[in-house]
Amino acid sequence: MTTAPERTRPAATRQDGPNVGRPVDRVDGVAKTTGAAKYSADFPYADIAHAALVHAGIARGRVTAIDTGAAEAVPGVLKVLTHQNAPRMAPPPKVSIADLSTMAPGTPVNYLNTDEVHWNGQPVAVVVAESLEAAHAAARLVRVSYEQQPATTDFAVAREHPKQVKNSMIDVGEARKGDAERALADAPVTVDLRYTTPGQNHNAIEPHATTAAWDGDRLTVHDATQNIDWTRKHLALRFGVPAAQVRVVATFVGGGFGGKGSVWAGTLLTALAARATGRPVRMALSRESVSRTVGGRAPTVQRVALGAERDGTLTALVHTGLTQVGRVGGGAERVASQSQYLYAAPAILVRHSTAEVDALPNTFMRAPGEAVGSFALESAIDELAGELGMDPIDLRVRNEPERSPLSGKRFSRRDLRRVYARGADRFGWAGRDPKPRSMRDGRWLVGWGVASALHIPVPLPGDVLVRLRADGTVLVRSGLQEIGVGIATIVAQVTADALGVPLDVVSVEIGDSDQPTAPGAGGSTQTSAATAAVLQACEELKRSALGLARRAASSPLRGARPGDVETRDGGLRLAGGAGESYAEILGRAGVPALEARTGSDSRLGQAVGQARFMARFLNDRRRWVHPATGVHFCEVRVDPDTAEVRVSRWLGVFDVGRVMNAKLAGSQLRGGVVMGIGAALSEETLVDPRTGRIMNPGLGEYHVPVHADVPRIDIECLDEPDPTTPLGLIGAGEVGITGVAAAVANAVHHATGVRVRDLPVTLDRLL
Amino acid sequence: MRSFTYVSAPDVDSAVRTLAETPGAKPLGGGTNLVDLMRQDVERPPTLVDITGLPLTGVDELPGGGLRIGALVRNSHLAAHPAVRSRFPMLAQALLSGASGQVRNMATVGGNLLQRTRCLYFVDATAACNKREPGSGCDAAGGLHRAGAVLGASEHCVATHPSDMAVALAALDAVVEVRSVRGARSVPLLDFYRLPGDTPQLETVLEPDELIVAIDLPAPVTVHSAYRKVRDRASFAFALVSVAAALETRDSEVVAVRLALGGVAAKPWRAVEAERVLTGAPATEETFRQAAEAELAAAVGLPGNEFKIELARRTIVATLRRLATS
Repeated sequence: MTTAPERTRPAATRQDGPNVGRPVDRVDGVAKTTGAAKYSADFPYADIAHAALVHAGIARGRVTAIDTGAAEAVPGVLKVLTHQNAPRMAPPPKVSIADLSTMAPGTPVNYLNTDEVHWNGQPVAVVVAESLEAAHAAARLVRVSYEQQPATTDFAVAREHPKQVKNSMIDVGEARKGDAERALADAPVTVDLRYTTPGQNHNAIEPHATTAAWDGDRLTVHDATQNIDWTRKHLALRFGVPAAQVRVVATFVGGGFGGKGSVWAGTLLTALAARATGRPVRMALSRESVSRTVGGRAPTVQRVALGAERDGTLTALVHTGLTQVGRVGGGAERVASQSQYLYAAPAILVRHSTAEVDALPNTFMRAPGEAVGSFALESAIDELAGELGMDPIDLRVRNEPERSPLSGKRFSRRDLRRVYARGADRFGWAGRDPKPRSMRDGRWLVGWGVASALHIPVPLPGDVLVRLRADGTVLVRSGLQEIGVGIATIVAQVTADALGVPLDVVSVEIGDSDQPTAPGAGGSTQTSAATAAVLQACEELKRSALGLARRAASSPLRGARPGDVETRDGGLRLAGGAGESYAEILGRAGVPALEARTGSDSRLGQAVGQARFMARFLNDRRRWVHPATGVHFCEVRVDPDTAEVRVSRWLGVFDVGRVMNAKLAGSQLRGGVVMGIGAALSEETLVDPRTGRIMNPGLGEYHVPVHADVPRIDIECLDEPDPTTPLGLIGAGEVGITGVAAAVANAVHHATGVRVRDLPVTLDRLL
Repeated sequence: MRSFTYVSAPDVDSAVRTLAETPGAKPLGGGTNLVDLMRQDVERPPTLVDITGLPLTGVDELPGGGLRIGALVRNSHLAAHPAVRSRFPMLAQALLSGASGQVRNMATVGGNLLQRTRCLYFVDATAACNKREPGSGCDAAGGLHRAGAVLGASEHCVATHPSDMAVALAALDAVVEVRSVRGARSVPLLDFYRLPGDTPQLETVLEPDELIVAIDLPAPVTVHSAYRKVRDRASFAFALVSVAAALETRDSEVVAVRLALGGVAAKPWRAVEAERVLTGAPATEETFRQAAEAELAAAVGLPGNEFKIELARRTIVATLRRLATS
């Protein structure tokens, strides 16, 4: 399949090339800032119709009648689709590890093909109209009658009946080393604490949007998705057409964070509406519809218990977490994930359980599990440091493991001691008076907090095609998703260096299922998958080009072997400097272009590739743990009268392996901190426990941080390669948010002496 | 949004005539609240009378040091007005603490007074809300009411008024100038709003055919004033509690004080009891605390908003302390 085998990994990639590692500007920066970049609702179609959702107003039951008369009477309304008249879709597939795209829908609910209601807000009708305004006006007029059934809508009630998660390939239900509870009971110093985190909604800057057009049995969908491949396969399955007849385009996506990692109702129902009306249909979800149909981060209740010797040596670590899941979908937040990796406790117990609520299925949100699990673990470490009278960094350093604590596997790279030291030095940590309420700036109480960050990216395979043309230009194609991270820029950088050509001759085409299949943009994996594939394809191109040159009598490369030549200055060069440009090589041979692609288009080829990838993945995972790590330093100011908290300073020092582009990586890590500040201080999905209804489905009352809440955020990376991965990179997408909420809560405790164990840290919890 | 009839009024006479002749018609100013609520199907006016072309955009001096503020003055303009900044600092601060720059550029002074509550159940057309649908009940009382009222609420409604500007105006003894086909009248701001009682749908004494044309500010008792807003994030959020205060001391004694609270009631809450305690008393932390407690003695919290009583007490004390020591 795609990733370059370890033995052929070019040594040159260990250090900076002319482009890799440099903070080059994004290749799509001008298009994005001028509005030329097209998002999924921007594609014009003649004769386009607009759709809007009607949401259920009960948590569980059946639709007994739908009165669409008033809606249909609105001028411009084309059709009101309900379960009574909507075209049939094949039911969602059962989830199978053999085909990960079966995870795409996140729920078995077959929207508009059933009269069943499973959550307050589930779509029960779609209005299609000539204008967006008519669709929205009519949607308000659809009257739905229900037969209500008893529902569990209150997590506080549901959590009395937890169900333990089963251990599997993709989930950890329980893992243990030694007898942690016993060790805890025997420990001279302990903390045993309960933390809670609330539900959070996805609020990417671009709300979910889909434009769908059928041409006979061929479907084209412009969709705000993080997973073009899953979307294509899933739509093909649901609508009963071959995947080859479904084209999914996602040229630009305005933020994903996991919320666009599944195929939610909006995508399916746009395609359904287009089929039912015979018109191209666009559905740009309102913020309310995003909140009601796209899952978010689920509420959790966690226990962290730590036992230690008086010198701070950990003897026991217990971390258990209960997650609210939907009765019709959603998985456990793996909150105890980091507790398997961060600290060298001799006895460890981690356990995950779930409690079902009649609610919208929860889904991935940036560092699912780790983002909220780290709040509990890293708060508890801070509390233990307080019990011990130790500096919280000293406590962490003392318990820094040499091998992965639970499994005993080796870390491919890990240097948290150095990360802590660098951060402490730069932040001025030595100047901290450890006593709570001891530091002030004028009337403000000042607090400094610290927390570790750790995230383990999930590798996935991905394919690219690289075309080297006789005019010396290069085209890279791959169905990658640009969700804001700058993937096209990084692919261009790596391609330019791998072929030894200038950055500006490389063009990158992404975001289309007609291109070679790429992994979804999730799990902090897209960059490593794409760049590994680019390296492999470029190596093949180099060999092909050399194959042309070495047979030519007039070439200075005649008879040269691959090991003799380097790619640089726009061609192939011998050590002595003699060589030829690609244009010369291809021109002489009369070859218009050379092409290399990883992977295969055929089903069989893809299955073989997947199997090879899995084998290599499992082999790697038997030997190595690849953690992206870091440390957050946070300063808060707290008003002594009103308990308002303001974050006033931030430093994050990270070890994400090799950094491809410092500007892009910095932005991504910084964005993680911003999102974490929201989780720490203000973000919360408010659900009425009586009805299960989300009561703040918009940005007015769902408080994401505004600019004034975000201070300057300094980011630094060690920028040293993971020696076991093709380009030395690990992944920077999610580690940035882990630990943030704990750093804030720890700083708030330092400022005020009040320990808040329930997110968000709103001022009423400090009064 | 449902369909509606749009009428643009060329002058005040024609505007009030249209309001009088068209049942359910509402004036359209900046639209920053009304249009949002129409999108949410909460407001359903059959007719909108666009008044933005009317000549109500002046800020004029009144004899004796007061100001007349046209109803269509944009919030951002008023906040930047030199007379407001120098003589009514609490008003400038209140305006700037509201919404965002873009919203303030659109929002008018008259519309600001008539903002509807941000109660989560009022803005959700599927919920029971006596304010939106009289007699349907109040889902907030037994539900999510963290933003709810602790003063002057009733079993029928626990909503709060969201305006910052109006809190400053309550402290400044503003007068609302109103016009209709029946003539003109002046309503002191303190009499302009109603408490919910058993008719929470009636929020002001304004009749459906009346148009706010101006707000009059008398000369301030002191230019030494401030607005303090406490909220869940640094900007672009409604007040949990806010305090508008003007304080004049002589020889460490309070000689003049005006105090109003926001975020705690269905109307901007003039703190009469607190003012009584403060006037003539020594300007000390102890007095400020007693004043706050006197005002909040009648406060009643619900499980989700009990904290507001303590927060209001602290915010009153902190604001007065700041004014006394600056």
